[in-house]
Amino acid sequence: MEFTNNFVLEAISREFPESVLATSETYGMISIEIKKGDLKKVVHHMKDSTLGFTFLTDLCGIHHPEMPEKELGVIYHLHNLVENRRIRLKTFMPKENAEVDTLTDLFAAANWMERETFDFYGIKFKGHPDLRVILNDPEMGYHPMLKEYPLEDGTRLDKDDTMFGR
Amino acid sequence: MKDNALSNILNQYDAQEQIDGQLYTLNFGPTHPATHGIFQNILTMDGEKILHSEQTVGYIHRAFEKISERRNFTQITTLTDRMNYCSSPINNLGWHMTVEKLIGVTVPKRVDYMRVIMMELARIADHLVCNAVTGVDTGALTGFTYLFQDREKIYDMYEQVCGARLTTNMGRIGGFERDLNPKFHELLQDFLKTFPKRFTDFCNLLERNRIFMDRTIGAGGISAERALNYGFTGPNLRAAGVDYDVRVSEPYSSYQDFDFNIPVGTAGDTYDRFMVRQQEIWESLKIIDQAYKNLPEGPFHADVPDFYLPEKADVYNNMEALIYHFKIVMGETEVPKGEVYHAVEGGNGELGFYLVSDGGRTPYRLHFRRPCFIYYQAFPEMITGSVISDAVVTLSSLNVIAGELDA
Repeated sequence: MEFTNNFVLEAISREFPESVLATSETYGMISIEIKKGDLKKVVHHMKDSTLGFTFLTDLCGIHHPEMPEKELGVIYHLHNLVENRRIRLKTFMPKENAEVDTLTDLFAAANWMERETFDFYGIKFKGHPDLRVILNDPEMGYHPMLKEYPLEDGTRLDKDDTMFGR
Repeated sequence: MKDNALSNILNQYDAQEQIDGQLYTLNFGPTHPATHGIFQNILTMDGEKILHSEQTVGYIHRAFEKISERRNFTQITTLTDRMNYCSSPINNLGWHMTVEKLIGVTVPKRVDYMRVIMMELARIADHLVCNAVTGVDTGALTGFTYLFQDREKIYDMYEQVCGARLTTNMGRIGGFERDLNPKFHELLQDFLKTFPKRFTDFCNLLERNRIFMDRTIGAGGISAERALNYGFTGPNLRAAGVDYDVRVSEPYSSYQDFDFNIPVGTAGDTYDRFMVRQQEIWESLKIIDQAYKNLPEGPFHADVPDFYLPEKADVYNNMEALIYHFKIVMGETEVPKGEVYHAVEGGNGELGFYLVSDGGRTPYRLHFRRPCFIYYQAFPEMITGSVISDAVVTLSSLNVIAGELDA
């Protein structure tokens, strides 16, 4: 059986029919939306079964304020190095009580990436051994990548900087 | 802040009264000359032996991911070259390729080959710095002083291509802003002629040097399994024996046209990392040689009027060019909706760009997969139980670049 995107997709939906909420394929990579509570189970299966996604490439957060009950998301990129196929997993959660299982016991690489996601978005990772902010000041007290903290608008008119002609 | 592992160690030592009072804390960094960047290692030491270490990073965090949510696609290029500033062109061109993948542009073959030449020059510069500095940290300053002259020559070539040396902002979305000029050809030919000889001298100086080998063999080793678990990529992973290279596994920018080898090590220690980088410099030279010999004729940029600035003469005489010029400069180009992950082989490993676009003028979310940030977590595991001088050479051979660490 050839290790195609469809093969991976079928294998996962067969094993976890309840957990897969949505799938899509963009630019040659499939994305699977997983139910939040089942994420760790799915990743564990993908790592230890014959699917062989043994490499955690990337882990990052995202904020969609316009999606009710799904404002915050965590996006995982896994890689099967032998078959050379990547896959993207997503999970979404409401902003209140944003919490998802940690992957640190499966991938040591997840440690700092989860700390970074916590730092940027305030997403808590249940079971993380050392969940502190990592890049920002620990005493800052807010999570700056959330969309409610906009950067300055480059086109605003009330700024008096005629000298610089902006 | 003392975590459990540390208090366990301390408790154990309190029980052993004969060595009570020998433990001390050493701050290695943030501005220690041997960290080669701004990050802190708090080491708990017993004599020269490291019992525990804790890392503090984020001293030069500049919130690039947040800033990019307010910048148009052209302006983000300048942010990327401040990540791994030892090989800025790879970051720049990797970002351009990500955007091209999103908007679906195919660039001419000549652009691919020019990009390959620039990226391999950048890789050589990056590896030269790393290896020369590893030499310095073991006490061999000579190689460093020689190799920095060759790095200077590479920077002269950057200057001919984009006008800048360190933070290059090289290329444009769709290609290059100008074709290779005669001076560049002259410099590159000279470099290809003289560099192998000079680099051989450096190899002879260190590769079989007894003192250097004694200092580096067995220092800071990591197994292939642990390295994969820690998300290692690039030379550090290959030194542990895994032949993963993005240039081969997912060829971008016509890397499939070139014939080159992927050097791998066995032990994953400092010496293997050093040797893998040494061999990669030779392989990069081979690639540059092939790309330069077979450099195709043709345009040096793709036809993407939405992103590529028109000729200045056209802007003054052609209505359409004026409109495009205005839209690009004011950042009013809308991009298609979509999400894309694109990875290039950076100086330190897989440099990934995860870009989510909601169809606006800026990225909705842009995440940089920075190899340094991911593999630096393994540093405590690699140095615990060894001596401080091993930690220094391990750190320099890992090539942790603070700009990439913190983004």
